Amino acid sequence: MAQVSGSRIVRRKLVNGFFVALTSLATLVAVGALVLILFSLFKNGIGGLHASVFTQDQPPPGEAGGLRNAIVGSLLMCGGAMVLAVVVGILAGTWLAEYGEGNRLAGVVRFLNDVLLSAPSILIGLFVYELLVRPFHGFSAYAGAVALALLATPVVTRTTEDILRLQPGALREAGMALGAGRGLVIRSIIWKASRTGLVTGGLLGFARISGETAPLLFTSLGNPFLSFQLGQPMAALPTTIFQFALSAYDDWRQLAWAGALIIAVAVLATNIIGRALARGSAHK
Amino acid sequence: MAEAMTIAGKPGRGDGLFHALCFSAAMVLMATLAGLIVALFIGGWPALSHFGIGFFTSSTWDPVADEYGAAGPIVGTLITAFFAMVLALPLAVGIAVFLVEFCPQRIAHWVAVAVELLAGIPSIVYGMWGLFVLAPWFAEHVQMPIIMNAEPGSLMERLFMGVPNGANIFTASLILAIMVLPYIATVFRELLLSVPTHMREAAYGMGCTPFEVTTSIMLPYIRKSAIGAVMLGLGRALGETMAVTFIIGNSHAFPQSLFDSGSTIASTIANEFTEATGDMHVSALIALGLVLFAITFTTLAAARLLLGKERV
Repeated sequence: MAQVSGSRIVRRKLVNGFFVALTSLATLVAVGALVLILFSLFKNGIGGLHASVFTQDQPPPGEAGGLRNAIVGSLLMCGGAMVLAVVVGILAGTWLAEYGEGNRLAGVVRFLNDVLLSAPSILIGLFVYELLVRPFHGFSAYAGAVALALLATPVVTRTTEDILRLQPGALREAGMALGAGRGLVIRSIIWKASRTGLVTGGLLGFARISGETAPLLFTSLGNPFLSFQLGQPMAALPTTIFQFALSAYDDWRQLAWAGALIIAVAVLATNIIGRALARGSAHK
Repeated sequence: MAEAMTIAGKPGRGDGLFHALCFSAAMVLMATLAGLIVALFIGGWPALSHFGIGFFTSSTWDPVADEYGAAGPIVGTLITAFFAMVLALPLAVGIAVFLVEFCPQRIAHWVAVAVELLAGIPSIVYGMWGLFVLAPWFAEHVQMPIIMNAEPGSLMERLFMGVPNGANIFTASLILAIMVLPYIATVFRELLLSVPTHMREAAYGMGCTPFEVTTSIMLPYIRKSAIGAVMLGLGRALGETMAVTFIIGNSHAFPQSLFDSGSTIASTIANEFTEATGDMHVSALIALGLVLFAITFTTLAAARLLLGKERV
């Protein structure tokens, strides 16, 4: 009897040891994938990362050049998109958190926003194509910015709602006790107290859209020249990378790797800053 | 907060306007989704009405003859997403359990951040990595040996046949698995952390090993939400575009084997939309978009319902 239970304990310990090893292995695989991807990104991208990448426009195949037009285009469209997304997202998040208590409609909006949060970005591209490109007979930076804005808005809405809900009710009561109306309390007390969180929402939204390619393919299309005309097609870093990476020219592929490195570093840095800010404000 | 609402005093100047502004912003979100459905339906209707049920059953996708059957991309979408989940799920469970149960607290935070950073890498970077790093390696070290060693006519050969260039359904699933892994793992971790401490401790107190606590107490406890988390990952995998476009090989035929090139709905749209010349071609692509919307919306909605209060 004692022997039997002894061997059973050994077996259970063995199974457990095996389990611990498997879970560690799973974690190692994920971290390993991250390291591998970042490693090849740096290995292939760093060689092409000259100053000319930022100062020259995209070259014809076989000539030297950079990605200035694409970087400028990305900044313009992402910037425009973020203005729209932050305004709509913060207002919508405010409505959900402050006015939506026990409201059926708010429940529906919250649910749909969560779905939009992970909806395929290419569908947003198709939608904006039907909405802004087809009726006006032309691809434009406006359309690209709107597509990106539609992707970032759910992120901002969600973070805004979450952060506003963290504010204590006493803060609202204190404001009202001073005679301020509800809107004034929200604008000058709640928003102010949630400032860091709102910035985080914006940063996460920005990180979400700055690497997006699919929604730009048929909205802003791309443009081999530096352009500031928002009514015209405009290049963006991800779409240019897509075009160059799948080309047959070595110089273009080299530029694509450099562009991929730039964009990955920018997105990961934005992500990390956003998270650090969120943690910092949560600790306060 | 509810108390604060009830004691709301007299409305201040501009409060009504502010409320209306916030409300309309929320309605913009509703309008986006409604507009999305309407736009896809209007755009895709010509193709859907012209090809009828054949749009879903035929795998002839021929822009020259202006004939479109979407069975290839639809099946490709479902297969790649399915394999991605098969690969990602055990890893995600493993990571979550490791972080919650076994990992030293000091490094758990950093490991979690590293896993979440995987979600931050833009999909086009995954695509480039897949095409230029993973695919050649896979072709040389996995595909070639299998092809060389498979007996002609055997099941093995049928299952793994394909052009040995590494761009196929399996490698696309592999990339997708890495991409959805952080989403599922993060949700799983939060779910595991939500298991009441006294349940774990009671089990440990009875002398259970960590393995037994995890499999008999923790995982059953989070079962329902865990399915939601998996659906959430599935929704992402179904709609992922750029990474798949790079590596799936882009053939519209019905996939014949695991290592055959294929296409997904999203990759087909990304590849062909700007080059589509005929109205019917454009309409067929938008109809594909509508199909993708229906699949992902159902999946994501089910995920949210299963996750319930757990908002992740």
